[in-house]
Amino acid sequence: MKKVFDHLILLFGVFLMIGPIVVAFITSTHEPTEIYSKGLMITWGDHFYDTYHKVLLESGGFTGKVTGLSELRNSFILGIGFAVGKIVLSMLAAYAIVYFRFRMGVIFFWMIFTTLLLPLEVRILPSYAVMTKLGLVDTYTGLIVPLLASATGTFYFRQFFRSVPEELLEAARIDGAGPLKFFIDILVPLSRNMIAAMFIVMFVYGWNQYLWPMLMTTDESFFTLVRGIKQILLVWVGSQIPDYNQAFALAILAMLPPVLIVVIFQSWFIKGLTESDK
Amino acid sequence: MARIEIARVSKIYTGGVRAVSDVDIDIADGEFIVLVGPSGCGKSTLLRMVAGLETISEGSVSIGGRRINDVEPAERDIAMVFQNYALYPHMSVYKNLAYGLKNRGTPKAEIDARVAEAARMLELEPYLERKPRALSGGQRQRVAMGRAIVRKPAAFLFDEPLSNLDAKLRVSMRGEIKQLQKRLGTTSIYVTHDQLEAMTLADRLVVLNGGRIEQIGAPLEVYHRPASTFVASFIGSPAMNLLPATVFNGGILIGDQLSGLSANLPNGHVTLGLRAEDLRLVTQGTGMPFTISFIEDLGAQRLLHGLCGGHPLVVAVSPDLDLPANIRLTIAADRLHFFAVDTGKRIEPGPAPVQPAQNGTETAASEAGMTAGF
Repeated sequence: MKKVFDHLILLFGVFLMIGPIVVAFITSTHEPTEIYSKGLMITWGDHFYDTYHKVLLESGGFTGKVTGLSELRNSFILGIGFAVGKIVLSMLAAYAIVYFRFRMGVIFFWMIFTTLLLPLEVRILPSYAVMTKLGLVDTYTGLIVPLLASATGTFYFRQFFRSVPEELLEAARIDGAGPLKFFIDILVPLSRNMIAAMFIVMFVYGWNQYLWPMLMTTDESFFTLVRGIKQILLVWVGSQIPDYNQAFALAILAMLPPVLIVVIFQSWFIKGLTESDK
Repeated sequence: MARIEIARVSKIYTGGVRAVSDVDIDIADGEFIVLVGPSGCGKSTLLRMVAGLETISEGSVSIGGRRINDVEPAERDIAMVFQNYALYPHMSVYKNLAYGLKNRGTPKAEIDARVAEAARMLELEPYLERKPRALSGGQRQRVAMGRAIVRKPAAFLFDEPLSNLDAKLRVSMRGEIKQLQKRLGTTSIYVTHDQLEAMTLADRLVVLNGGRIEQIGAPLEVYHRPASTFVASFIGSPAMNLLPATVFNGGILIGDQLSGLSANLPNGHVTLGLRAEDLRLVTQGTGMPFTISFIEDLGAQRLLHGLCGGHPLVVAVSPDLDLPANIRLTIAADRLHFFAVDTGKRIEPGPAPVQPAQNGTETAASEAGMTAGF
């Protein structure tokens, strides 16, 4: 009896979480005029193929160069670039802080750590000014590099490295592994689960970036999915109705990759948590 | 295989704390040296200085005639076994064993041969593809030793390798380490705080206290002739009884009671050392009076805890011995240990005066004390 009750609560939760997504998906299969007049739909429409084909492959935007696929590609470049860059950078920073005794190491750590208090929004204009001067507006470098420094990542990796027994380092030293070899042969494989966790967080963070790409890119070929959604809704001119179906479709598409990433990496993540033997 | 010379080595931490002070040990080729002492005595620090994991503040260490003060750990031709094994958790047993060789650019075929040999020696063959977490504590310990063996180093360094194992496994691993070392003939330095482990493994013991060497010697030598009260109380189980005593005209008083013992020492206060297992019960005649407070039965041994002249004393007796109501204790004269009260250093009594018989001497001495003192 209790089990049934538990399941009811869980099902209710699932309904709450999945419901809006299902509604959005179903609505995206209808015509925009229909959506505009009748609101959200809960019955299957006939325009699934049309809508998604159009969203993915048909060019749009002011310049007519953007397709859903190019936006998808840009989102991936941003998401993966962010995740990989942040992981590499914060691992190296944490490695330096934990394993090397250098002057003012502690101060450097706290300097990095306090940048947590300064979110992107606070420093977005100075960052933009620097990027303009460097001529990096409308480049992937300009989009990705300024946001790579990650206090969160550095902090997590620092905590993790500190939990690695010191004897491992000593054993490796006696085994003839230099600093680089120790990092690559021992530390990186040990951090695998930590890296997976960071990858989830950072990929989703990068994927969902909105403000920074909007500022940094004027060229539509650099637009990401998240910006694409906004773009579709920006057509309130005269009697034009925004393509709600396309916006919904794009939102669904934009959601899929992060969900997949979470699903794939989470199994690693949980495995890492249950195998507690370091 | 090499001789290790540790010459006037000190470790001074910032702030001037001397963790190790002026240590001199000359270790012969193939010798098994055990550094033993309580925690914080500097034994691990000393070992880590030999390994190169700590810098040597003063003095020098040479292995095989080569001064290695400023040589990287990997270049010192040593291998170390850690207390928590320090196996690489993400590598299989094979890779754990091979890692050090691989880093040295050993050819693949030779790595294979050496790993196979070590695995055979340590009976690890069925586990080569397993990860360390799939092994038991004893097996992990073997892998840790295998990692040392495959390198064929000049010296093995053991840092309390058995303290993470349960008591039974510890005894069997102790035997294995001893056999392996004898077979390979590799010079070894072994750190432990367990005096039993030290006694059973060592060719020579180095007893450390407060960063200084208290005594170096073969286990039995250290047991029979401890150089100080510290060594006396540390080596041997139960610990040696140390009683404040007074020598007066060749007789020994414990507290203010006559003990029936004698020694050729000048008059004055001394610390008297009596091993629990050297004490004998006597029911008649002279001897130290002894009142039992409680008894510990260990099976093979029975420990009588009690008071002698107002001082706590432990006596080990055979478990099937009937305990008389009125117990007095005696001990062979050559089993007495004397230590200076102020420095704790051993004092050797002069040769005993000519004696007709053991008992006679004791009686005579106690009578002498009686007439002189009381």
